Amino acid sequence: MNIIISLAYLVAAVLFILGLSQLSSPKSARNGNFTAAAGMVIALGATVPLLHFTTVGAVIVAIGIVIGVAIGTVGARIVHMTAIPQMVALFNGVGGGAAALVAVAELLHFGVHPPLSEVLPSVLSIVIGSISFAGSMVAFAKLQELMTGTPITYPGQQVVNGLLAAAIIGFAIAVLAIASIPFSFIALMVLALILGVAFVLPIGGADMPVVISLLNACTGLAVAASGFTLNNFALIVAGTLVGASGSLLTKLMSDAMGRSLANVLFGAFGQVRTAATAAAGAAGRSVRSASAEDLGTLLAYSQRVIIVPGYGLAVAQAQHAARELADVLEKRGVEVEYAIHPVAGRMPGHMNVLLAEANVPYEQLKEMDQVNDDFKNADVALIVGANDVVNPAARSTPGSPIYGMPILNADQAKNVIFMKRSMRPGFAGIDNELMYDPKTVMFFGDAKDSLTKLVSAVKAA
Amino acid sequence: MNNELLNELTFFVLAIFVGFEVISKVPTILHTPLMSGTNAIHGIILVGALVIAAGARSPVEVLLGLVAVALATTNVVGGFVVTDRMLEMFKGRQPGKPANPVEAKK
Repeated sequence: MNIIISLAYLVAAVLFILGLSQLSSPKSARNGNFTAAAGMVIALGATVPLLHFTTVGAVIVAIGIVIGVAIGTVGARIVHMTAIPQMVALFNGVGGGAAALVAVAELLHFGVHPPLSEVLPSVLSIVIGSISFAGSMVAFAKLQELMTGTPITYPGQQVVNGLLAAAIIGFAIAVLAIASIPFSFIALMVLALILGVAFVLPIGGADMPVVISLLNACTGLAVAASGFTLNNFALIVAGTLVGASGSLLTKLMSDAMGRSLANVLFGAFGQVRTAATAAAGAAGRSVRSASAEDLGTLLAYSQRVIIVPGYGLAVAQAQHAARELADVLEKRGVEVEYAIHPVAGRMPGHMNVLLAEANVPYEQLKEMDQVNDDFKNADVALIVGANDVVNPAARSTPGSPIYGMPILNADQAKNVIFMKRSMRPGFAGIDNELMYDPKTVMFFGDAKDSLTKLVSAVKAA
Repeated sequence: MNNELLNELTFFVLAIFVGFEVISKVPTILHTPLMSGTNAIHGIILVGALVIAAGARSPVEVLLGLVAVALATTNVVGGFVVTDRMLEMFKGRQPGKPANPVEAKK
């Protein structure tokens, strides 16, 4: 590799690091993304002179790039902001798949007795890349609701997954020992794909962000491993950066849910309990509900209202309606804030993106720690499509699966308006005591319709 | 262990520390764009895909190369575009409501 290419890769690596650090502030975040993209352009541009094109090679490169640009641009442009998490899963999965394929192609080049330092990274790249690809596709399917979001479990599941992992290690050793048999690569890849699917199946929809983040880190490592195989500095550094930062991000996300990563991955969170507790909860207990007019009056004559947005708001595309309600309330002198739980929506920061889309001013968006003491001074906590993040069971019921998760103290407000489509439990699949609280009023319906009704009710009050 | 491998290991280990260091400063609200941004960066596998695709001769190599380039390009382009779409909204402000994200964050 000549000096100019090496220097170009060094510049690219620096730009990636700068880009990531610019992403740490909302002000410079967009520039950070451009910086990283510039690094990518430089790395790719420097690679082209390195290539020895065969005729067919030039053709497939051109076709591949056209296909990729078309899918990537169109996919990223048309996706709704609510569907961002699954889009990230999809883009992550294809990256993992590419890493695995690159490693397979490299292995095919090796002779009968390739050095271990070349084969080992290829094998790692194939295994990790394939797991990432298959796992991301399942995560995509779950979030896109192509399949059920609830955990899919069966007896002995962990044993089966353990055996799969053991089989992969066995095959990997076989590949390392007798690298001349192409079929062993294929078998290895197939096993890793199966493990990727089997590993994500028992994880519930609510935990998908953590899984996607973990698989994102995995893809980074697979890319770094491919870098070792190809002796390519850019792949090693960029892949490792993503592997390291993605691992840390994964941990931060599970911390925000108050759970360990192991619990997220192997806890099959929110499974059978769903049916049991929902049935028990519905039996013999009643909830209050009220008309839009009553609630409009309540809101209009409040001094302080805290809106707690959740995924239901995102699904109903109700962020604009929420802002409209906040605007009419503010015109009447009511103080309005939004309380954003770290995992509101389906990913940390997801809700901020949605509300920013609706031009909600930053100043009104309060993070959990900033706002939690304010609830007791609030006249109304208006919960829009959120559920688990305001469930007091997280504080009070040690047996509850969400016990210990940090929650928003919406139950401390003087009045609670709980806007929901139905009495169905949230992602965690457990009943919410707050709905039965005497100071809580349920307001059933689609979040957008309901908010629009409240806007007219407040205007009329 | 040859020199090249040793160098590569050095970069690998140092990059791990840089990766941790850079991320530890990111506020929660930027976690989604950050995940998406790092996701775009591992699209650098396109470099590897180009290397194997450019020199492809046998039908198997052609197939592997074509699919790898298409997937990796999707990762790069989709990753950066979708991240930009998210971040674009962070600065989207109404006239009369001046943006001051830094102050709101503290």
